[in-house]
Amino acid sequence: MMTALDRTGRTTRRAGPGGGPAIETSGLVKTFGETRAVDGIDLTVPAGTVYGVLGPNGAGKTTTVRMLATLLKPDGGEARVFGHDVLHEADTVRGLVSLTGQYASVDEDLTGTENLVLLGRLLGHGKRAARERSGQLLEAFGLSEAAGRQVKNYSGGMRRRIDIAASILNTPDLLFLDEPTTGLDPRSRNQVWEIVRAVVAQGTTVLLTTQYLDEADQLASRIAVIDKGTVIAEGTKGELKASVGGGTVHLRLREAEQREKAAHVLSGVLGVQAALDPDPLALTARVGDGGRGAAEQAGRVLAELAQHGIVVDNFSLGQPSLDEVFLALTDRTTAPRTSAEDRNGRKNQKEAVA
Amino acid sequence: MSAPAPTAPQDAELAPVTAESLSALLISTERPPRPSGWATSMAFGRRAVLKIKHVPEQLFDVTAFPIMMVLMYTYLFGGALAGSPTEYLQGLLPGILVMSIVMITMYTGVAVNIDIDKGVFDRFRTLPIWRPSPMVGYLLGDMLRYAIGSAVMLTVGLIMGFRPEGGVTGVLAGVALLIVFSFCFSWVWTMFGLLLRTEKSVMGVSMMVLFPLTFLSNIFVDPATMPGWLQAFVHNSPVTHLTSAVRGLMAGDWPADEIAWSLGWAGAICVVFGTVTMRLYNRK
Repeated sequence: MMTALDRTGRTTRRAGPGGGPAIETSGLVKTFGETRAVDGIDLTVPAGTVYGVLGPNGAGKTTTVRMLATLLKPDGGEARVFGHDVLHEADTVRGLVSLTGQYASVDEDLTGTENLVLLGRLLGHGKRAARERSGQLLEAFGLSEAAGRQVKNYSGGMRRRIDIAASILNTPDLLFLDEPTTGLDPRSRNQVWEIVRAVVAQGTTVLLTTQYLDEADQLASRIAVIDKGTVIAEGTKGELKASVGGGTVHLRLREAEQREKAAHVLSGVLGVQAALDPDPLALTARVGDGGRGAAEQAGRVLAELAQHGIVVDNFSLGQPSLDEVFLALTDRTTAPRTSAEDRNGRKNQKEAVA
Repeated sequence: MSAPAPTAPQDAELAPVTAESLSALLISTERPPRPSGWATSMAFGRRAVLKIKHVPEQLFDVTAFPIMMVLMYTYLFGGALAGSPTEYLQGLLPGILVMSIVMITMYTGVAVNIDIDKGVFDRFRTLPIWRPSPMVGYLLGDMLRYAIGSAVMLTVGLIMGFRPEGGVTGVLAGVALLIVFSFCFSWVWTMFGLLLRTEKSVMGVSMMVLFPLTFLSNIFVDPATMPGWLQAFVHNSPVTHLTSAVRGLMAGDWPADEIAWSLGWAGAICVVFGTVTMRLYNRK
């Protein structure tokens, strides 16, 4: 293990042997009885980035992470962490990774300090070094005051912190965060995000699973969308959004009577049906194709509306949210069982949503 | 998961994590060399001791339960079986000591099972350490509990009139043999702790095994009064061998055969169930 502590040195090491990816899986499979929880997942996670794995409950996110963290043996396929096979070189992999699971992965009966000292000892620190490191971590995570309390008396946000602190006791090369903010209030969630950013800034690769799209949007540079045990889309945020189409224009008129007319104008300019919001003054429509020319089209919409004497009080142009991307993608995978007619209905519905 | 902590509102006052202090921490870390299996097992053993410190109620099974056993059986059977409770106590106490300590080994399985339910097991299993050390750690902690249990029972016994002829040496030798056996026997429960789904089923299975195993022995009565087929079982039971060995040691003898049998059983149990436990642990 390299001990040079300069930043560049670490970054080079983190990049893995020969600058290879942090994680590489091909055709990864895990079955539980009849269910194929993970059904042939291919992933390539570049080193030094936050990689988001996005999917609904039961999509296979946690199972995938558990296989990569050597907790579960794959039933098929291959997975390598920094070039080391998770099955045959499990011990080497364990030396490189850390896992913060969905449930508190510290001992609830012990105090914050005791937990971190225990881990420090297990990772090979001497008694004094373990105490020192534990104190530093608790301090950095704002837990100094709670250091002597049993973890079972911690709040949700504090638990997450001690959990993550435990995971970075020895700065790992790869950190798995399995739904790190599930059940946290927005404030604690933001703080977890800050921690993740700080960790990745130091060269650690982070694999983040989440069911919250804004979380992936905030943190991840690349995202894989998983549904029913397979990757249904993969790419940068921009690519994923572009793959679904342009953005959405939201309009709020001054007078409700003009809405019908405005909707007509919109469909004329954009070639798509505008959706009427529950708010009698508002309507929305999709603009642009593949993200191109959305602003230009929106400009034309405004000009056209002005020409028709329709007063627009409020206007906004949004990129498709990852939510929309996600719905569109998971929708597509369920499409085969619906008839063509259904699909049309679904399409309209989707537009209405947009 | 436990109910939301009463301290929840504190989140609002929680100091924000500063990126600078965190970065300094992340960068300054030097990975120490891999610790030895002994060091990690001891660290886990220390964890077990800390748990006792935080939840002392869990010592009930090694304090109140054994006291109850000694009192109950001495006065219940003493008069009928040996003429007087005090006479009966001389043979019974080492036996009841064996029974109680062997019985409380099952809590190892319960503890393993509870830990699996919580996420902490996942963390231990992703550490680059000697694989059996979490299990060995439990057992090291349990050895302390067995020692406490033995001390409590012997104290009660001495107060009630137990006068071992082996003296301090004999008694300590007997307790040492018992603790070594129990350490090995506990691997049965680590296996069930990993195998079964709930802590209740672990308890259920343990009782199913422990009741017949401890009662069908020479602890309470002389096996000569039993039917032949039962004698065959009783004479070959590890608990009988252990009881005879502990009795002998405490009475000042050196029952080499029985000691050898006890240690042989202990070794065999350790190898078989230790192997199965580690297989399950790795596969879980």
